[in-house]
Amino acid sequence: MMSQAVPMNKNDAQMREHLKSLKEYGMIIALVVIYAIFAFMSDFKNVSPMNVNNLIMQNSYVIVLALGMLLCCLTGNVDLSVGSVVAFSGAIAAIMVVDYQMAIPLAILAAIAIGLLVGFWQGFFISKLGVAPFIVTLANMLVFRGLALVVLNGQTKGPLPQEFTQIGAGYMPQFFTTIGGTKFELLALTAGLLLSALIVFMEIRSRRNKAKNGFEVPSVAASVFKVGVSVIIVNFFTVKLSMYMGLPLVLMIVAILVAFYAFLTNRTVPGRQIYAVGGNRKAAALSGIKVNNVMFWIYVNMGILAGLAGVILTARNASATPKAGDMFEMDAIAACYIGGTAVPGGEGTVTGAVVGALIMGVLNNGMSLLGWSVDVQRVVKGLVLLAAVAIDLHFKSKKNS
Amino acid sequence: MDNILEMRHITKDFSGVKALDDVNLVVKRGEIHALCGENGAGKSTLMNVLSGVYPYGTYTGDIVYNGQVQKFSDIKASEKTGIVIIHQELALIPLLTVAENIFIGNENLMYGGKVIDWEETQRKAAEVLKSIGMHENVNRKVVDLGMGQQQMIEIAKALAKNAKLLILDEPTSALNDEESNTLLELLLKLKKQGLTSIMISHKLNEVSRVADSITVIRDGHTIETIERDHGTPIDEARIIKGMVGRELTNRYPERHAQIGEVVFEVKDWTVHDEDDPTRERLSHISFNVRKGEVVGFAGLMGAGRTELAMSLFGHTYGFESQGHIYKDGQEITMPTVQSAIDQHIAYVPEDRKTYGLVLIDDIKWNMSLASLKSRFSKKGILNPDAEIHAAEDYSKRINVKADSLTQRVESLSGGNQQKVVLAKWMLSDPDVLILDEPTRGIDVGAKYEIYTVINHLAEAGKAVVVISSEMEELLGLSDRIYVLNEGEIAGELQKGEFDQEAIMRIIMAHSARRETA
Repeated sequence: MMSQAVPMNKNDAQMREHLKSLKEYGMIIALVVIYAIFAFMSDFKNVSPMNVNNLIMQNSYVIVLALGMLLCCLTGNVDLSVGSVVAFSGAIAAIMVVDYQMAIPLAILAAIAIGLLVGFWQGFFISKLGVAPFIVTLANMLVFRGLALVVLNGQTKGPLPQEFTQIGAGYMPQFFTTIGGTKFELLALTAGLLLSALIVFMEIRSRRNKAKNGFEVPSVAASVFKVGVSVIIVNFFTVKLSMYMGLPLVLMIVAILVAFYAFLTNRTVPGRQIYAVGGNRKAAALSGIKVNNVMFWIYVNMGILAGLAGVILTARNASATPKAGDMFEMDAIAACYIGGTAVPGGEGTVTGAVVGALIMGVLNNGMSLLGWSVDVQRVVKGLVLLAAVAIDLHFKSKKNS
Repeated sequence: MDNILEMRHITKDFSGVKALDDVNLVVKRGEIHALCGENGAGKSTLMNVLSGVYPYGTYTGDIVYNGQVQKFSDIKASEKTGIVIIHQELALIPLLTVAENIFIGNENLMYGGKVIDWEETQRKAAEVLKSIGMHENVNRKVVDLGMGQQQMIEIAKALAKNAKLLILDEPTSALNDEESNTLLELLLKLKKQGLTSIMISHKLNEVSRVADSITVIRDGHTIETIERDHGTPIDEARIIKGMVGRELTNRYPERHAQIGEVVFEVKDWTVHDEDDPTRERLSHISFNVRKGEVVGFAGLMGAGRTELAMSLFGHTYGFESQGHIYKDGQEITMPTVQSAIDQHIAYVPEDRKTYGLVLIDDIKWNMSLASLKSRFSKKGILNPDAEIHAAEDYSKRINVKADSLTQRVESLSGGNQQKVVLAKWMLSDPDVLILDEPTRGIDVGAKYEIYTVINHLAEAGKAVVVISSEMEELLGLSDRIYVLNEGEIAGELQKGEFDQEAIMRIIMAHSARRETA
């Protein structure tokens, strides 16, 4: 296709492709391995249908937050306020429902609207006044945690009615059937099969596109392996879910959001602009990208997702507490970096962030099942984050030498 | 004269690919030895071997320095013997003072080597500066100095380390003619005092002026060493032939463009300084560019050429710009970069790594970045196929050498990076292109290719503005030259009446007028 390839570059390019795929698979393999280790250690408690269900319910809000955090991280920044915003927005929703008997959809919208306003507020300082996002969000972490305590009077607000809690703890319509003495839910099984078909279709399309554009097409074995692993993972989850209560409502919310953000980052102009701003702010600005606008909307987006996570968490707990969402920002940030997002920005994927969040989730869940204390859990999570980023950097420096 | 350095049969490979293959380099004591070659020829690799960046054992062959085989384990080891390298990207810390920078990593200690002796540091720093003929306050912060002075500080830093063999990698690439001149004079002066230097440079006029001998490297091989024949400077054409492996008879390709009517015109453009809004950075600038014309902007560093381009292009420089811009006879405004792009104006910035490219992204992403909205998307949704096809098309058209469009631009050579930036702006479908230092830091072969692209653009009826600190390049490329000095248009020269002297005369006369005014 191109003339006069320089031999050193050729080698370099192959190496790069190789490492890139290794990194992508590496994370998924790490997830499977960690899950397997805890399976053995917990006497397979963590693969029980109920626990798989819990795993998803417990981690849904971390994934929601990680999606927003990914955009912040892609620009080389973070949002430290999300945990506090989760608490505050959840508190307002709970107060509206419990104290003022307001309509539940209204309360939910109000919580998300609060996230939106927080986003405008932070975006204003970041993009209009040029205050570093780290500082702005650190300050607001304190502000909104404080406000959550104030509006709740330091008390737990609840219980919330079932119509509210089902967002975090409810299920999609259930169609049970019995196969060989075991009860299965059909919608979950169907969803798994449909998703598998979609994965196969996407891989075929991607191979066709690569061939059409003259790019190197991965070997059939590699594709089969990749598709095979993905299909097994998907169906593992859906089969387990179908053996319990079917598809959690919150899983649907997460799935829609993941699809949306994957599309946003891969296939839209705003997505590409975010990568460019993270990769080189000055070059992005001189290419016509309004860097300040991009930053503004990234933090508005994060605010909305934090509001939504607040609703989900409050619903799952059936009450709002001032301590809700404590350290969630750290889980979300860790998910992004474990998922291979570059610390200076400009590099990172939705898949990575989701897998990162799942790794954190599987760790949390596994350690809880084993009865490890919260203190030890923190130590382990910290070490995993450190190890993930160090390994990532190690591979990068190897590539450069 | 004996040889201070002999590098014998140096071979260095990177995962199987030979960057240096049996390279020999002999440097005599007390000479200025130039190392020439195209980008990627292996010059920097060779110097990295010499200075211990690639330690003993990672290459084969011998480094014989002062008659002894050296086995450097790192840079510290080579510096101990007096070999000091000054890299192209300066290693100064902007917010520290001159004195602090000169002795960084080489501190003057007291109380048994635990505490820095600042008095001694300042005294010695002043001494070193004096020895290179620089009269600068050693307590000034480096950030406040010009590029030329910063380069001198680097040399001072090397001398403070007791350098016996100084290696300079592209020392003048960021300097204007005047500053380069000062630097070269200093090298000649230091030579008289017995310092040996090895200089890597693309600027062949400078090389032929100061070098006593030149070793040419191509594709990791030593091609030849040319000695200066008593006083007669080494012929540039001879060096080029060695570098590119063929004769490059004309360094500026011929252009057959039809010059048409005025496409772009600026009248009475005044811009205030970004850091000091009370000061006029540019005042009452008027100029025009015609269809198919290449217009050069000459001027000393700091004349305001980049500021002019950026103040026009989406107001990316300056405060309170006033004046009128006309395109095709209609008055236009360009308050944002996007509005400039929409009106088919393109600005290819100087310093491609900082302003032009997203280094961690691949070729196609970089090429499409300025036209995502206009060309590569519908309703905000990208069309990756269109992106790939356009990138492929333009890579071919302007000969970007890469193995794949998915290669990150950081791994490309300077010339190819510059081509990617050019392609990016060609894709934005401009009528007017402003090219700021389009060939800085790239080798002769790549320069020729860039000139060819510029010619094609003019031949296609584009109006091209070229800003360059290399006077020779401006003279070779332009149909017309505006001379900018201290934020004003000092003069305008037509082809046929411009040469280096005429430009300098205009600058001098203008500066003199301003002083008396």
